[in-house]
Amino acid sequence: MSFQVLLYQGLVGLSSAMYLWLLSAGLTIVFGVLGVLNFAHGAFFMIGAYLAYTFYGILGWNLALAIAVSLICTALIGVVVERFLVKPIMHLDHAFQLLLTFGLVLIFDDLAKAIWGGVFMIPPMPRIFQGAVWILGTPFPIYNVFVIGAGVTVFVLLWLLFEKTWWGRIVRATAADPQMAAALGVDVRRLYTGVFALGVMLAALGGALGTPVRVVAPGMGSFMIVQAFIVTVLGGLGSLSGAFVGALLVGVLSSYGTLLFPTVELALIYLIMAVVLLVRPHGLFGRARA
Amino acid sequence: MKAAAPMAQAVTTSVSRIGYGLVLVVLVLLPFFSSTYTQYLVIHMMLLAIYALGFNLLFGYTGLLSFGQAGFYGIGAYVCAGILLRYPSVLAGVLGGVAAAAAAAFVIGVLSVRHTRIYFTMLTLAFGMLVYSVLWKWRAVTGGDDGLVGIPRAPLDLFGLVQIPLRTVTNFYFFTLAVTVIALFLLYRIVHSPFGLSLQGIRDSEVRSHFVGVHVRKHRLLAFVVAGAYAGLAGSLLAPLESAVTPVISHWSNSGDAVLVTLLGGVRAFFGPVIGSVLFVLIRELVVQITEYWQLVMGVIVVILVLGFRGGVAQAVVDAWQRWVVNARAQPAHQQAPQPAFGNAAQAAHGQVQQAAERGESR
Repeated sequence: MSFQVLLYQGLVGLSSAMYLWLLSAGLTIVFGVLGVLNFAHGAFFMIGAYLAYTFYGILGWNLALAIAVSLICTALIGVVVERFLVKPIMHLDHAFQLLLTFGLVLIFDDLAKAIWGGVFMIPPMPRIFQGAVWILGTPFPIYNVFVIGAGVTVFVLLWLLFEKTWWGRIVRATAADPQMAAALGVDVRRLYTGVFALGVMLAALGGALGTPVRVVAPGMGSFMIVQAFIVTVLGGLGSLSGAFVGALLVGVLSSYGTLLFPTVELALIYLIMAVVLLVRPHGLFGRARA
Repeated sequence: MKAAAPMAQAVTTSVSRIGYGLVLVVLVLLPFFSSTYTQYLVIHMMLLAIYALGFNLLFGYTGLLSFGQAGFYGIGAYVCAGILLRYPSVLAGVLGGVAAAAAAAFVIGVLSVRHTRIYFTMLTLAFGMLVYSVLWKWRAVTGGDDGLVGIPRAPLDLFGLVQIPLRTVTNFYFFTLAVTVIALFLLYRIVHSPFGLSLQGIRDSEVRSHFVGVHVRKHRLLAFVVAGAYAGLAGSLLAPLESAVTPVISHWSNSGDAVLVTLLGGVRAFFGPVIGSVLFVLIRELVVQITEYWQLVMGVIVVILVLGFRGGVAQAVVDAWQRWVVNARAQPAHQQAPQPAFGNAAQAAHGQVQQAAERGESR
């Protein structure tokens, strides 16, 4: 196994970690603020991917525009879901939240099958992303580098949003104590809807970014959501940095796992999660919640 | 008013005894006036009922939501298949499958029951998918994504005394029915034993249970092993029924089916998951004839259940029945019977909501 191959595989792992990170970011934000663990989050990833794929074709292979439109549409679906389905069950036990959103997974999966069917096509790559960059003597697709850059940018932007802006401060205050925030004049309901829409958009972005390189299929949401659960639980539920580190860990490890021990690659991730949870019950970056 | 409630209880009990008897008679007579296909469907209902009943011991009675039951289902199915392919005795296969699933549940349980709530759910999900990935990848033993095929419906060999062939669907139906009745009876006894009551105590208040001397973790572990064994039993009956097993049966969506079935039937009634299984298979059969998107219909049902009927079908029926009985009894004695706070069921439903709200607060 040469250095070149290991480096290449590491970069591939990094770029696939970014899709996972974007998905997990939304999941962990929604959990951190609303306290709802959303099984259907993977479905939004899938919807984002399908919509971006469709608009990519309609809008004359304009990727940026296609992704933007896809994000807006998915966010609108998210707002409807939050208003009419998540809101009535927010005060209930986590079990019921998981059940309701599991029902949504079934609905969205079948709707996607009905509307798009199994699309097993990868559309053409935009011209500026064609070709490769040379990293330490290894050629590497430009698009993957772009995805890594995009993922890191989103991380920085989210950090700035939550730590440095007024809105972020209100969100953190509401997450800490919704009743007190409401008493101080925060419109908690609207805030919840906004945060849910943001989370859904992040998932959709993860799905949409994969348009020119990844296959879109109806079951992709259910596959991704389990990985995202692992990532968020690994990092600590509700923690953004935790989700980022968790995604990198899972992405890179499964990339090397595929190369070095392909038979246990899948099992490896589940084992890591189990071990982390046994040693640190609240994840790497998580704090104990009462 | 006070006298009416026990009377209603007594009436309900005797009626339900008669009901169980009737159901059993119908099930025994069913093969004599129904097609093989109907029998095949009922077998599936029974397997699902065993699977979901075990799950509900964890969820409804102990308050632990497992999303990894399909892992034990898969282990039961694969071990039974492996045994049947080498040694043609259905009893050996089923017992082996159940034992393997219970053993796996013990190991995974030791690691998982330290956690509760969401972390327990996530851990069981991960372990279930671990089983899935092993079944998928360990080609030499499990056949990979092709699974194991050509599993014989081996005869039932009772200690070398009698050999009952199970090759026909009807014979296998009777075998499954016998196993289901035994499994149901055992679980009924477990639920109504001091152990079962302790589990419910743990569900309602972990702290208080601990305080009165219940070893919470040990009880949870035992419940987890029983639930795993029941999932394994359902799986090990599936192997000879379908004569093939594939990794898909241990995917988390199959764990979701156990949850769905239980919710559909009713979490708080012992026979809730049984009702849920019957409805689930029926709905699937009916919907599949109209459209291929039966998951969509199931999803809508789940959403409606969670939003409006968290007690499931069983709860709705029990509530309606008790209201009817109490009103019928109470009306002559008291001309204006107020809506009484009768029956355990209504209170249980109320308590469930309240408890959920409490848990939500302490998040």
